[in-house]
Amino acid sequence: MIVRILTEGQLEVPDERLDHLNELDADVEAAVGSGDEAAFVQALAALLDAVRSGGSPLDPESLVDSDLILPPSDATIEEVRELLGDDGLIPG
Amino acid sequence: MSLMQRISLIFRAKADKALDRAEDPRETLDYSYKRQLDLLSKVRRGVADVATSRKRVELQAGQLQQQSDKLTQQAQKALSMGREDLAREALTRKSALAQQMTDLQAQRDQLQGEEEKLTLASQRLQAKVESFRTQKETIKAKYTAAEASTRINEAFSGISEEMGDVGMAVQRAEDKTAQMQARSGAIDELIASGALDDVSSINRGDDISRELDAMSSQSDVESELAALKAGTSGTSAQALEGGQHGAIEATPVTETRTEGEQA
Repeated sequence: MIVRILTEGQLEVPDERLDHLNELDADVEAAVGSGDEAAFVQALAALLDAVRSGGSPLDPESLVDSDLILPPSDATIEEVRELLGDDGLIPG
Repeated sequence: MSLMQRISLIFRAKADKALDRAEDPRETLDYSYKRQLDLLSKVRRGVADVATSRKRVELQAGQLQQQSDKLTQQAQKALSMGREDLAREALTRKSALAQQMTDLQAQRDQLQGEEEKLTLASQRLQAKVESFRTQKETIKAKYTAAEASTRINEAFSGISEEMGDVGMAVQRAEDKTAQMQARSGAIDELIASGALDDVSSINRGDDISRELDAMSSQSDVESELAALKAGTSGTSAQALEGGQHGAIEATPVTETRTEGEQA
């Protein structure tokens, strides 16, 4: 699957890693929910590290869209909330 | 739904929205390509802007370093003249500068990080825009309504996501640079106010310099006086002072004075 880390680019990550990424993603989401900035920074770093270490950079010429998109490494909780559009842009 | 999926859906929704607006898909391709080129030049400008900010911070750091070196020299000079109070004052000011210099170093590193990030972003976008252009021409040449929309969709969504990402990278770099410009403006003001004694005003001198200068001219007078006395009494005090350079000349007074000015 293709994963994009915002402001860093796209990586190809083996599908079998998805479960592990989902676990780490849940930590990030929980931190965003509770507004715990320290936990957020730590959880996001763990998630991005897992993507970077498990994936390989995609050929820059490829024009495929990503299956998953992750916030930039130096993002804040507020930025992630903006990214998600708390005004209910996304159903579900 | 996971956070990662939600963010990717938002990007996709934006791409679809942009695509739906066009009546003829082929026009969409050209319009999108134009926007890609615009974004590409925007990223390049962004790289240049961040580089300019970084150079400015480096320049300021250089000025503070010079000022700090000068304070060290002043402290040494003051100590050699037995003025511990002045030396202490100079070192106190120097330690106040150290914090500013650490801040500037951190800013410089951050700006350099942004610069590298944006440079890479511009290279990635460049590669994708080039690839899009090739695909766009192929699609237009072999255009049949039936297959076009799928292929356009594919090419389009990939580049849209990249554009969204790069656009965000530029925006973030601009925000960070703006914050730092405000802070580096404050340091410029500090330097201009004389609190840090700008390098360009080195000739006017600060209060420590003035006091040391006053003491120097005092000691010039004393040493010249001593030399005169030595000359009239026939002893060679000049050989002890001015003679250290091995330049014993016929005019001991002048020689001793030169020595005094160098001190």
